Amino acid sequence: MHATPEKTEPKQGQSQESRPLTGNEAIARGAWEAGVAVAAAYPGTPSTEILESLAQYPVEDLHAQWSTNEKVALDVAIGASFAGRRALAAMKHVGLNVAADAFMSHSYIGVNGGLVMAVCDDPGIHSSQNEQDTRIYGQLATVPVLEPSDAQEALDYTRLAFDLSETFDTAVIVRCTTRLSHTRSPVKVGPRKEHPSRGFNENPKKNVMIPAHAKLRHLAVLEREAKLQAYLETATINRWETGEPKFGIITAGTCYPYVREVLPEASVLKLGASWPLPENLLRRYCESVERVFVVEELEPVIERAVRALGFKVAGKEFFPRAGEFSPEVVRSGFEAAGVLAPRVKKPVWTPEPLARPPVLCAGCPHTSCFMAVRAAQVRVAGDIGCYTLACLDPLRGMDTTVAMGSSIGNAIGMSKAGDTKPVLATIGDSTFLHAGIPGLIDAVYNQANITVFLLDNHITAMTGGQDHPGTGKTLRGQDAPKIDYEALVRACGVSWVRTVDSYDLAQVYQTLREAIAHRGVSVVISNRPCVLDPVKIKGPALQVQSEHCNACQSCMNLGCPALTWGDTQFEGRHKVKIDTSLCIGCTLCAQVCTADAIKSIDGGLHVPVKA
Amino acid sequence: MNGRRATHSTAAPGPVPAAPAAKAREPMNVLIVGVGGQGVIMVSKALAWLAQSKGFEVKQSEVHGMAKRGGTVFSHVRFGPQVWSPTIAMGEADILIALEWAEGMRWLPYLRPESGVFLCDTKRIVPPFACLNRHPGAPMRYSRETPAEIREHVGEGYAIAATEIAEALGNERAANVVLLGALSTALDFPIADWEAAVAQFVPKKTLTVNLEAFRSGRDWIEQARLMTPVAEAPVEAQQPLTNAPGKVRLEITEEWCKSCDICVKLCPERCLRLNADRIVELADAETCTGCRLCEWLCPDFAIRVHFDEVALEGSRS
Repeated sequence: MHATPEKTEPKQGQSQESRPLTGNEAIARGAWEAGVAVAAAYPGTPSTEILESLAQYPVEDLHAQWSTNEKVALDVAIGASFAGRRALAAMKHVGLNVAADAFMSHSYIGVNGGLVMAVCDDPGIHSSQNEQDTRIYGQLATVPVLEPSDAQEALDYTRLAFDLSETFDTAVIVRCTTRLSHTRSPVKVGPRKEHPSRGFNENPKKNVMIPAHAKLRHLAVLEREAKLQAYLETATINRWETGEPKFGIITAGTCYPYVREVLPEASVLKLGASWPLPENLLRRYCESVERVFVVEELEPVIERAVRALGFKVAGKEFFPRAGEFSPEVVRSGFEAAGVLAPRVKKPVWTPEPLARPPVLCAGCPHTSCFMAVRAAQVRVAGDIGCYTLACLDPLRGMDTTVAMGSSIGNAIGMSKAGDTKPVLATIGDSTFLHAGIPGLIDAVYNQANITVFLLDNHITAMTGGQDHPGTGKTLRGQDAPKIDYEALVRACGVSWVRTVDSYDLAQVYQTLREAIAHRGVSVVISNRPCVLDPVKIKGPALQVQSEHCNACQSCMNLGCPALTWGDTQFEGRHKVKIDTSLCIGCTLCAQVCTADAIKSIDGGLHVPVKA
Repeated sequence: MNGRRATHSTAAPGPVPAAPAAKAREPMNVLIVGVGGQGVIMVSKALAWLAQSKGFEVKQSEVHGMAKRGGTVFSHVRFGPQVWSPTIAMGEADILIALEWAEGMRWLPYLRPESGVFLCDTKRIVPPFACLNRHPGAPMRYSRETPAEIREHVGEGYAIAATEIAEALGNERAANVVLLGALSTALDFPIADWEAAVAQFVPKKTLTVNLEAFRSGRDWIEQARLMTPVAEAPVEAQQPLTNAPGKVRLEITEEWCKSCDICVKLCPERCLRLNADRIVELADAETCTGCRLCEWLCPDFAIRVHFDEVALEGSRS
């Protein structure tokens, strides 16, 4: 092999302009350098840090905000683009589903100020409900999709995306994946280039999508696609790295480093944009090698396009369509294809792994809610947030979870379909504001007999503690008006509303029982802050008076990580002990203890004072 | 010191392996693992920062999101003249640092079988999932491997009681820096640069204790290398179960039950219910652990718990 990949020059003597950034931080930096003026997002792993990082740049440079959901975030960005400024919306892959309505129509409208959407996919489903492939959305909307392969490209492509957006009059997607979002590598950064407002573009034929306008705009979109395709035939982001002609690999994004890891000297066509595809370049490349492989995570987007050009290519037969890639996955694909000699597999000694799924934190205010839910023996339509973890042992308090805000609609359907159990929806504060309110109004309107358990922990917890309209703070930490949930719920037409203290188990049990007995829509709001964010809560730890513990395991039903088994037993069952470094003193275990064996260090019991 | 060296080889002081230099163009692969909240990311950031300051290309990759909630956390750090993949392939980690014992066991297959260096805290964080089988006589489901067994499978391994060392210094949260100190003996960077990396990533007011922690970790490994033969001290063995009674049987006197539902509501295993005649019955004999709560709480003495003398079949898993 005699290939000379372009990126092999030594990286010595880096200037101090080079700093370690994650993919998300690099996207934020790229947007800032490109002169972005407005940025909006709803938090969602793995995309969350893009906006958090943008909020670190001076307030004079840009407005950065958390929006109530991804559609609002995109609408905000579109509005800024209408007004002539560069704008960014960031979201996780499933967030684009929420924003899709605006996204699809906006494709026809195009941009005034450049509009970039940073969309982060989650191959391997590290923290999501599915692993859909955003590139197909690009095709669907005829919007270009750039795919950076490392943090440097994340910065460069984001900057480029703003230029392309304005040149070709289209939103541009920068597609990231979890691995890139959360991998830190050195990035050469540059200064910000201001882009003053272009002024509002008063052009209803372009900006108002009524049928008469949309018909014409659709033709413009098709023209735009052809122009983009022509541009990408020669664009430097599509990189042909030569090697032996025996076989060649077409790849893009985060698959590229895996290919290079496994086959450092092979011929590679690295596509910087996975939509639209440069057909002539693909043809010339396929003709230059004897055998063509396409290595791409998730859906066979590139593979199908190359096959449609009439070339025989290998792709998903060797590289899986589900899950995240890794050097191992790519290697075994090339081994199966006969390109690499199979490695001798030595028997690997594998200790029996310990199951350690994520759990609700010690003192999590959701815990008591799900103890009560389980005791109520109801049908539970769940939602998305930390509390989804309550579906696991030992809380086992959730029957279904679909998508953001689905719980209430699902509950209405279950109830209308005549489920034999009382029906309950559980939904967190941030999720309720994101997509739960229309469901609640629907329940009232259609007079569903359901209970909605609004789990208010005063933060968007699952994504790491982001503010939202219920927290009274903005993304930049400024004071903001605070949602009054009781008033909001009443305004939706619910007459039966109660707020409970999550740390008062008896009150939670009793109120939930009354709510379920109420015919019609009832809402119970639990009210205690998340123990991690915005401030880490740590009260005096409790301890188990071991001589009194009868090892009944009632407290172990909380699933609290601070509770574990001690060294002593009662009738062959393990007595319980408390890890004082984890215990925050919420007293829930003491409240369920049948032997009154759990006390504060001083022998008393003090329920934490409400903030 | 509480931790013990877990290798056979006689002491050979000095950095092992002579890492970056010896490996020429191949990147150095360091995998750092633990449980959410232990400081895995801090260790990997410090290492990545140090490697980058030496002019290496560095990739540091972790997946967070669920990690904070007590789940397993891992971070891949790769550095060298050129680094492609952000992740380390199974069997290719040069060094595995584990901040928790069972996490070390989980990731062992990622270590290079012949030459990998294994640095593991003996700290045990037992998750609620290890305590799901509450039947009399059932053991905790936690990793049972001992350092002696691990020794057979790694090039060089150390079970170091990093958390205890950090506790003795007055801040158990510095356990990750103790392990960073241990790591420093396996890589060729000057000690002053390591300390600069520590200073870069710990809160200012904890710098003194963290620097002490770093030196303790480093000294511990150097001491361990000099100890021959190595004393055997397994990780705290699981307590054998005593007084495990026989098979649980509930004796219910139906005539005495007045359907008050107290036993049903308070049963920790939720294995009781009222039948069609509103008389208590054992709905799920499999889950009953014989905890006697129903027996003790029944106002009418309608339930008695018996342990029939049968040989225990061991644990249900």
